[in-house]
Amino acid sequence: MYKLWATILKDVRILARDKIGLIFMFGMPIILVVVVTTIQNGVFEAVNANKVGLLLCNRDTGSASATFVRAIDKIGMFRVTLTAPNESDTSLTERVRHKEAMVALVIPADFSQRMNAAATQVAGKALHSFGLEGDSGRVIAGKAEPVTIYYHPVLQESFRQSIKGAVSGALQLLESRLVLQAVYQSINDKPLPDSLANNLLQNQQSVREISVSRNGAGGTPNAAQHNVPAWTIFAMFFVVLSLGSSVVREKLNGSFVRLKTLPTPYVIALLSKQITYLVVTLLQTALIFAIGIWLFPLLGLPVLHLPHDLAGLFIVSLICGWCAVSYAICVGVFASTQEQANGFGAISILIMAVVGGLMVPSFIMPESMQTFMNISPLHWCLEAYYGLFLEGGKLADVWVNIIPLIGITLLIQGLTLWGLKRKHLI
Amino acid sequence: MEGMSAPPPAVSIAGLGFRYPGGTLPLFKGLDLTIGAGERFGLFGPNGAGKTTLMNLMTGLLSFSEGSIRLLGKDIHTKDRSTRSLFGFVPQDFSFYQELSPVQNLAFFGAWSGLSGPQIRHRTTELLEILGLTDVRHQRADQFSGGMKRRLNLAIGVIHTPRILFLDEPTVGVDVQTGYAIIRYLKELNQKGTTLIYTSHQLSEAEGLCERIALIDQGAIISGGDLHHLLSAHHVQDLEGLFLQLTGKAYRDE
Repeated sequence: MYKLWATILKDVRILARDKIGLIFMFGMPIILVVVVTTIQNGVFEAVNANKVGLLLCNRDTGSASATFVRAIDKIGMFRVTLTAPNESDTSLTERVRHKEAMVALVIPADFSQRMNAAATQVAGKALHSFGLEGDSGRVIAGKAEPVTIYYHPVLQESFRQSIKGAVSGALQLLESRLVLQAVYQSINDKPLPDSLANNLLQNQQSVREISVSRNGAGGTPNAAQHNVPAWTIFAMFFVVLSLGSSVVREKLNGSFVRLKTLPTPYVIALLSKQITYLVVTLLQTALIFAIGIWLFPLLGLPVLHLPHDLAGLFIVSLICGWCAVSYAICVGVFASTQEQANGFGAISILIMAVVGGLMVPSFIMPESMQTFMNISPLHWCLEAYYGLFLEGGKLADVWVNIIPLIGITLLIQGLTLWGLKRKHLI
Repeated sequence: MEGMSAPPPAVSIAGLGFRYPGGTLPLFKGLDLTIGAGERFGLFGPNGAGKTTLMNLMTGLLSFSEGSIRLLGKDIHTKDRSTRSLFGFVPQDFSFYQELSPVQNLAFFGAWSGLSGPQIRHRTTELLEILGLTDVRHQRADQFSGGMKRRLNLAIGVIHTPRILFLDEPTVGVDVQTGYAIIRYLKELNQKGTTLIYTSHQLSEAEGLCERIALIDQGAIISGGDLHHLLSAHHVQDLEGLFLQLTGKAYRDE
């Protein structure tokens, strides 16, 4: 026990003097979690609060386009800037390219005419099918020019889809209104009152959003709940840069030769490193969580809410940390140089993070990647954390994620022992 | 006295065979060597002769396929690591943590050598005083001069007061004063009963330290015995003369 204690003390002293390693282990993840959460929160707010800049060029003078413009504005997603009706597409695309607005929408000159004609036609068909007479409308010759949306290329696909969905929704609402007006006009021979139109169209079935949580709280998780656990795991596994190097350095410098001639087995050194760095990973976790709880609100970011099962959170963090430390030691044992340990360590963590769903949600991963996802320890760490943070689960609910994680960790430990024996290090 | 068996030699090598992995020829084949307890024994030879390899085999750093090596009667080739507490090793390279101070290094290596906390503190004070490192005991070792690092390297090797001390070029790269201090301390240790097994290319220094020697070349002992007998038998003035006479003057590149 005294030998182990002396070794832990030695490892702590060496670690305390490894300033670069400490920056990598503590500074980098803090920056990462703050920056990524700020950006992701910005994306949420861009949709929900900040509004996206939209240049709206209405080349039509009819009432339908005016209603459409009002509907677009009412969506609440856009900060609408009306342009001159005669502004060319080239000029609009140039303004979007220069990020004057991220989106431009062009309403063609015959928009109202075509919309009204189409509505009359639909209404006529409908009345005809009911055995009533209606105006079949005038068919407009030629191909209709569509409503066009120009996007800045930096907008991501999902974001573009939500913009397109919002515009299409407004368009459909307008179409419904026009059809309703045409039907009413045909039956009653007088225009549909606005109050009735609004009443008919707005009284739609509403959509209620409920997050399916285990504890039934039903709250919608914010950007902090998503990001903090993910980047905490990333930080834990980034101990490879300090620990992997430390193992290689010990192998390469003379001290290792002396250790091999001493009566104490090298397993004590490995045990000490595991304990020391496990404490480091727990400190990282505590620090990043503390930032989520206390610093995030000061930065205008959503606050991190810890799960109710704090003991479960501690055990999950402990097992994640143990896996991260085991992986780092394994890299150090197999690497021949510090450059190898750092390069392979960092890139492999990055790959495992991507595959494991830390950067792209796992549910949208292609099927071919699902197998790889299951062998990434970071995936199981994330699933366990999400089970606690997002689903409101308890430790008992995330065992299904912890068991594979323990299995992978034991596999890594076995591989490390095999590597040590193969290299005659034990 | 009749009925009492003689104490085992410090080192007893019998029929040693060793080949580096992937090597075509064995470096050692049927090597025999005995070093008595309490001796100051020198192992010399040109570059690539096998001195360091032999020392690594004797300290258990390398495994061998044939023969046996016993330290004070105990097999080094065993999984029982307690045999390793019998000896100390001072490698040629600085074998300690340069980021740590002498006190911190001695605390760690002392524990790994099997000493208790109080024993470590006592030996640390003693060794730092003897080797002139007391004033810098809390400074980082990477700020030390070459001589100070050599002395710390030696202190770590002897912290557990080993019965056998293997020294691989313990004075290489140091000034005259440090070299003198180290040799003087090694003699003191020997007087207290520690067997010294020493290798170096500094033959004049070795001549002052060693009583018995073995000259090794191409994996075989080409001459060995009492140093003064060997000098007179080969009609040479000093160890350097003996060395050149037996190993030749051609370059030896490792």
